[in-house]
Amino acid sequence: MAGWANISQLKEKIAQGSAEEVTASYLERIKKSRTNAYTTVWEGAVEKAREIDEQGHNGPLAGIPIAIKDNISTRGISTTCSSKILQGYVPPYDAHIVERLKDAGAIILGKTNMDEFAMGTSTESSCYGPTLNPWDMERVPGGSSGGSAAVVAAGEAPLSVGSDTGGSVRCPAAFCGVVGLKPTYGTISRYGLISYANSLEQIGPLATCVSDIAALMDVIGGHDARDSTSVKTESVYKDALVDDVSGLRIGVPAEYFGAGIDPAVENSVWDAIQLFEELGASWEQVSLPHTSYALAAYYIIAMSEASSNLARFDGTRYGYRKEGENWHVMASRTRAEGFGAEVKRRILLGTYALSAGYHDKYYLKALKVRTLVKQDFEQAFREFDCLMTPTMPTPAFKLREKVEDPLALYLADVNTVPINLAGVPSISLPCGFTDGLPIGLQIIGKHFDEATVLRAAYSFEQNTEHHTRRPAEVA
Amino acid sequence: MITKEEVEHVGWLARIEIHESEAQDYAEKLNAVLDYFGQLDEVDTENVPPTYHVADIVNVFREDVVRPSMPQEEVLANTGKKQEGNFLAPRIM
Repeated sequence: MAGWANISQLKEKIAQGSAEEVTASYLERIKKSRTNAYTTVWEGAVEKAREIDEQGHNGPLAGIPIAIKDNISTRGISTTCSSKILQGYVPPYDAHIVERLKDAGAIILGKTNMDEFAMGTSTESSCYGPTLNPWDMERVPGGSSGGSAAVVAAGEAPLSVGSDTGGSVRCPAAFCGVVGLKPTYGTISRYGLISYANSLEQIGPLATCVSDIAALMDVIGGHDARDSTSVKTESVYKDALVDDVSGLRIGVPAEYFGAGIDPAVENSVWDAIQLFEELGASWEQVSLPHTSYALAAYYIIAMSEASSNLARFDGTRYGYRKEGENWHVMASRTRAEGFGAEVKRRILLGTYALSAGYHDKYYLKALKVRTLVKQDFEQAFREFDCLMTPTMPTPAFKLREKVEDPLALYLADVNTVPINLAGVPSISLPCGFTDGLPIGLQIIGKHFDEATVLRAAYSFEQNTEHHTRRPAEVA
Repeated sequence: MITKEEVEHVGWLARIEIHESEAQDYAEKLNAVLDYFGQLDEVDTENVPPTYHVADIVNVFREDVVRPSMPQEEVLANTGKKQEGNFLAPRIM
């Protein structure tokens, strides 16, 4: 059974059998699953795989299935951001990364569940209901790319793509025991990604192992003129897959091990750091003094950008529409009924933070604090090649535990949001378990130095077994 | 502190209809978050420039060349209401 195979194993299966069989076996697993991780399963997947079998394809992902987060545009396949307001929307174009994946021969299995408009840490605010964590169906998979992480963890797709605005790839990767990368801001084109907070978010890959992350980056990374923040890079990510950390200088920021951290998480991360030392790296504690202010600054900026980016959903051009006697009433009712509670709260707060009289107090202040957070990283990277922290302060929490308390949910993002404010790359990979729940190690690198992050992660993986553990059969 | 009335006003600015019955709950939840945001007042940001953007890119231009755009029927495919090749919406004034 395909299930948890990686790219090279799948290539063998395709060579021995067919791409059609591989795709069909995933669809079979998806059909039996209780995780609620897909919002749409693409009915054309098997036919596309058959086409690749018949016509041949020499792309790097020929016949390899992949799942795409529901906020990334796929031509002809429903894309809803898990929101009522986009019900029925079928994009007339592909996102840049979807074009790249298709060119590489990848087979789209479907779209994955998420917090509505990527605003959340638990995938509970989806209009399709929550995705369940494959390791414990009573728990959240993390968010907002909860579906993308759960499908990889449950063997319902070998690879997936998510988006990370404040941890939305790394948090679910940590909670679901898979690998997830948030690349440097500008590395992957956001063309076709439905914007939430455009100065913070990046598309990122999820997989069962670091080498598949690198393989996916080689396909979806690179310049695209349709995203004005897309940067020209010539990285070959696969070249970073070297099992050698000798001489690597690791900084361990004390602020990321703060109040509320689960002792098992703390121990696992320290065990990981000690292993790096045994493998030839060195580590030292470092301080990023503005960390505790990053969360507030992050939410002000994200909500302010959201209030602008989500203005386009007014019922006129696509999605849900509730009529009214004039345009303003139509838009107000459409948005009141089409958006869920958390999305509305964030739009309201963002509108408030940008409104006359409050702009300087909230928005401008947050942008200045962002500068200080970024400078903290720049300072640390003068002495260190990478930083290591827990991805999340706790393992996956219970469903409904934080639904009624938005602030408690925001606080869970304390170790992931500073990375988006600074725009640096960061990976989460499995580094241990507590009571059967995965724990994620976060490795943070310098701008555009994914190579160091991937090399460290790959070396860790080569010398540990955590990434080979799988949840009990979830089907 | 944000009041019920302010919540309704911001709702209007954001074009989100807020029923009177919801305004109190919004006010409470938004105030808890605004209260948390208030901690930024502690940070000395005198002479610190704002960061709007982390990439050092300014004014990205493309060649001024006409390229094909999406066919009109595809652009209009997702709307429930259209007329003579346009989106149809109620009067705005």
